[in-house]
Amino acid sequence: MTEELHAYGGGVATGPSRRTVIVSSMASDSHTWNLVYLELLVGELGFEVVNLGACVPDELLESECLSRRPAMLVLSSVNGHGHQDGLRVIQRLRALPGLRTMPVVIGGKLGVGGALTAEETAQLLLAGFDAVFDDQQGAASFRRFAATLSAGASQVEA
Amino acid sequence: MSFEEFVARRHAAGELVVQPRMGFADPAAMRAGLAATRNAAAATVGTVTLDSYTRVCDTASVAHALRNGIALNGYPIVNHPAEVTRGMLDGLEGPDFPVQVRHGSARPADIFRAMIAAGLHATEGGPVSYCLPYSRTPLDESVRNWAHCCDLLLDAEHPAGRPHLETFGGCMMGQLCPPSELVALSVLEALFFYRKGVRSISVSYAQQTNMTQDQEAVSALRRLCAELLPEATWHVVIYAYMGLFPRTSDGARGLLGTAAELAVTTGSERLIVKTTAEAHRIPTVAENVAALDHAGAVARSVTGRVVVEDDNQVYREAYALVDAVLNSHADLGRAIVVAFKRGLLDVPYCLHPDNAGQARSYLDATGRLGWSELGSLPLHRVVERHHADRITSSTLMSALSHVQNAYDAEALEQPMRAIGGES
Repeated sequence: MTEELHAYGGGVATGPSRRTVIVSSMASDSHTWNLVYLELLVGELGFEVVNLGACVPDELLESECLSRRPAMLVLSSVNGHGHQDGLRVIQRLRALPGLRTMPVVIGGKLGVGGALTAEETAQLLLAGFDAVFDDQQGAASFRRFAATLSAGASQVEA
Repeated sequence: MSFEEFVARRHAAGELVVQPRMGFADPAAMRAGLAATRNAAAATVGTVTLDSYTRVCDTASVAHALRNGIALNGYPIVNHPAEVTRGMLDGLEGPDFPVQVRHGSARPADIFRAMIAAGLHATEGGPVSYCLPYSRTPLDESVRNWAHCCDLLLDAEHPAGRPHLETFGGCMMGQLCPPSELVALSVLEALFFYRKGVRSISVSYAQQTNMTQDQEAVSALRRLCAELLPEATWHVVIYAYMGLFPRTSDGARGLLGTAAELAVTTGSERLIVKTTAEAHRIPTVAENVAALDHAGAVARSVTGRVVVEDDNQVYREAYALVDAVLNSHADLGRAIVVAFKRGLLDVPYCLHPDNAGQARSYLDATGRLGWSELGSLPLHRVVERHHADRITSSTLMSALSHVQNAYDAEALEQPMRAIGGES
């Protein structure tokens, strides 16, 4: 991997990187402990981690994904707006030809009323998320998902 | 009667003022929440917590949610017309029941305007505490925004009394920030408001991991405020633990009770509560009222102030931090920006680009928070450094869950003891 790829917000046109994972919040969510934890967790799985921090606007998320072509985008939300924000963000990302097959997962406390209903989870999956990790599940199911990416061929389209 | 007068009178009468965090998008639901708060069995002030879209000035997403009946996590005070908010408060808010607006915005001018238009005069936040942990706004912009908002607040007519601002600096990151830096930030934000002309102030401090250290911290906060805010009326507001909360009801109530004890033993005037739902979801009105009742009852059962050494470790560190910032520039706003740039203020684990991110904290065996890395913090002569092991996701999770686990374990052990008949 080139040095340019490490540069924050570099906007360098590169191929997909199997080694880089972007960890991010969404625009309205100010929480960061979840992101600090995920940065360490994903790093321990052998990936380079780019942590975009709190309140990431849709435009920044889009440009970071386009320039870095990560092995996976991990969206984490705990403010109760994750369902609504997640639907908006995934539709925007999947509309871009370069990001249609990028693995994207979402997790956290995604609704204002506790765990999401099966229907709400299905909406997120239908809209384009590869996996939805409810707060109750713990890290194990996320680790298993991430392990499938680090194990072998890149799932990111060239 | 203004916010400050209400709190002062209750304190003089020996009562701890307790306050929920509470916000609903629908004005009728918000009103019902305030009414229930007012009727709780404790001395209460009301809270209108705003939604997350309003915090980041995304009024379009609020409008979309209101149009389509999508739930919001708070009251959208900018989107609701002033007369709607006035109607929501009418007959409830007043001398016997002041209401504070809580938001979390680094760009709060529209929130201040909406709040003033609705006749409210008390809010909270600060240029550092509502910028670094909660936004991407550059710190120098947040400082300008907050200076402007102080002007907005002071320029407006407030028939109900002097406008009141509370610092949120004593709550930075919710957990794992050493108390000395919480105290320093709370004091610096209070001084920022003071130098802008605000004379009715409260200073926050969030319960951390060790009662003795927390009591030292509140003592340090009082000592620094007494010195730096001579012409202001100020009081201390304690926040019940803001990190991962116990999952059991008994554990959550136990932790809230400890927060009430911290407030009373340190002579603090006000307490922001947390509920038994905290670990699981946004609490209901009933859960909030139960928390207010419980906190009020615990407060009434605790008597006596704790005696704390004036020149304690938290004070020495907080003094060194405040002193270094004040020496950075004559203008406090500039001084705060310069201090973060140089790492004289550095909040552990804070991801904001304007935070140096070199300092690290750790929990020692007794549950006291300390520094494992100082970075450029001006504490090298004040702090005994501890070289903690490299942090991993699981050690971080242990530190984040320390309080949760301790209170849950205690709650779960009680019935076991009863069954075992050990007593």
